[in-house]
Amino acid sequence: MNAATIPVNAASVAMKANQPLLQLRLPLWRSRFMMVILFGAFATLMGRAVYLQAWNNDFLQEEGEARTQRTVEISGVRGKITDRHGEVFASSTEVKSVYASLEDIRIGITPKDKTEAARKRADRNAQALKQLAPLLGISEGELYRRIGGTSTKPGAEKGERKRDFVRWARQLPPDLADQIAALKIDGIHLQREYKRTYPAGEVAAHIVGFTGIDENGQEGIELAMQESLAGQAGSRRVIKDRRGNIVEDVASIQASRQGQELALSIDSKIQYLAYSQLKQAVEAHGAKAGGIVVLDVHTGEVLALANLPTYNPNARAQLTGAQLRNRVLTDEFEPGSTMKPFTAALALEQGQVRPDTVIQTAPGRMHIGNATISDAHPHGAMSVAEIIQKSSNVGTVKMAMNIERADMWEMYRKVGLGAPPPLQFPGASPGRVRDWKKWRPIEQATMSYGYGLSVSLVQIARAYSIFARDGDLMPVTFTKRDSPVLGQPVISPETAREMRTMLAAAASNVGTAPKAQTMGYSVAGKTGTAHKQEGGGYAEKKYRASFVGFAPAGKPRLIIAVMIDEPSNGKYYGGDVAAPVFSAVSGGALRALGVPPDLAMKPIVLPPENREIRESLGVSLAKAE
Amino acid sequence: MTRLNLLLALTLILTALSVVTSSHRARKLFIGLEEAQVQQARIEEDWRRLQLEQGTLAKHAFVEEVAKKRLNMRTPDARALQFVPLNAAAVVKP
Repeated sequence: MNAATIPVNAASVAMKANQPLLQLRLPLWRSRFMMVILFGAFATLMGRAVYLQAWNNDFLQEEGEARTQRTVEISGVRGKITDRHGEVFASSTEVKSVYASLEDIRIGITPKDKTEAARKRADRNAQALKQLAPLLGISEGELYRRIGGTSTKPGAEKGERKRDFVRWARQLPPDLADQIAALKIDGIHLQREYKRTYPAGEVAAHIVGFTGIDENGQEGIELAMQESLAGQAGSRRVIKDRRGNIVEDVASIQASRQGQELALSIDSKIQYLAYSQLKQAVEAHGAKAGGIVVLDVHTGEVLALANLPTYNPNARAQLTGAQLRNRVLTDEFEPGSTMKPFTAALALEQGQVRPDTVIQTAPGRMHIGNATISDAHPHGAMSVAEIIQKSSNVGTVKMAMNIERADMWEMYRKVGLGAPPPLQFPGASPGRVRDWKKWRPIEQATMSYGYGLSVSLVQIARAYSIFARDGDLMPVTFTKRDSPVLGQPVISPETAREMRTMLAAAASNVGTAPKAQTMGYSVAGKTGTAHKQEGGGYAEKKYRASFVGFAPAGKPRLIIAVMIDEPSNGKYYGGDVAAPVFSAVSGGALRALGVPPDLAMKPIVLPPENREIRESLGVSLAKAE
Repeated sequence: MTRLNLLLALTLILTALSVVTSSHRARKLFIGLEEAQVQQARIEEDWRRLQLEQGTLAKHAFVEEVAKKRLNMRTPDARALQFVPLNAAAVVKP
């Protein structure tokens, strides 16, 4: 310790004094030279450092980033579609697709594998490949063919474009994907995808629609609401540490967006009820097709909408156009007698008649020009209420003949016919109501009872809201809306009330649709049975049976429209085929909605089956057109 | 002068060290956040899957089939139905 405290100068002096060698004096230039060399080297290093850090730093920066920064994908899931109570109609779940980078796949040990480790790895890969084939559901041979066939030599020689990166499987369930990932094969990659599932299946297929494999809406609400439902996957740049943890966000490359959830106006309970009842009716009557729509009178919401034939949106291998068609919205048809109430309402509104005004319909036939309009059964003198109740063509035409063409046309337009319904839905048909200036008298006559114009089922259901509400036409919607809506006034509340009474009589034991009655609730509505148009004329034995009505009759809550296309088991009248569907659905739906019954809970006593309650079809006239 | 320099040097060292620790802590927290987000995504995915499963199992058609075929249940006859008015309590009292 003492030595350390001796001043340095003193020590060196002492050493110099003792050792003669140290007394030698070196030439001064040598130390200078060394100093220059050392400083020069140091300056070079400094210069290089400054150069790399400040001037030419791009390369190093890049290399550094390549080692720490990664681009990470952020998922954007497509929004769910639910019913009004949150029950899922469509939802996306994660699945994986398998990609193969053919160049990196190794079938066995090659001469290129120099080291022991490389050979081991190649061997392990080859073993794992054997396990991969059954997981992908293909044979081992097929697997090798895929690897060889699209990769190197044979194909390339034939001038085939070499594809390095190919997709081998799509939409694998997560557990299977995990097994494949566990094999850890070089060149096999898994990518996240989403798969849309529809738990309600065929019951709600036509409303919900479906998406393609890339999750783009192709039908129904999936297509109509594509914008808001679609999720947008994004990506961002992050710094990862040695263990693969993300430690810092660098930048957002593309913002991701989660798809918005959509609550439909559909009530899944009523939807199922409507679907199953429609199905029963279509099967029982051997019908070609059918449609039903249930509307909420207060809010204008579509509570149920079903079509037959239908399809399972989860398995769409063999889809036909007939299955896909949303008949309720896209099919235009001549409504027939369900149009009569509008003629009567207009006559009432114009003060031409009152519900008890008597009109002579005998002898059940009338001539306009050279065409004949006839009733199925001649009735004689009837009140306006009875004309609706018994569905008399002659009576309706007599009322229509006193109405201006323009007024009738305006009425049709005001109740939404001839214009697409205010629904955001692909393919919703506008129907067809021709310009009144071109109407001939016979055409005006046929239109008054529903021939010569065409409508879709949802249009006519909505049009009935002028009777079910106090004379105003409500807007309709597929999305949930809880508050009542305001409609466009069309007829006066008094006329609407009178029409409700008439329509309630039509759906009673003395009307054309006693089978529309349901236990506990009063009902009102009108049947329609129309000959189907085929080619230029009307088919003799092909009918379209329909029923449009509402319940409870006094304070309507639901409008239900049912259409059965070509019932072929003998019965084809709307009152026999469509009305029972209305009965079952209205009763069940009102109970499901908790609407208090307005009638005693007694089973309905129907009039004897052989009683003739036939509505008039008016085919002879239609032929004359 | 020297003391001031020493003080500054000391402060410099201290702040430098605290920068190190706080950035370390920030990273740790960030990792935690990332993990939580990954977990959130996984839980959401599970939820979607379970909801679908529930939807499939609680499907009206399926429930009806089980009720009718396996449990031999049926819709009661209209005559067997007894409707209870809303203010039942008041009615029941003698």
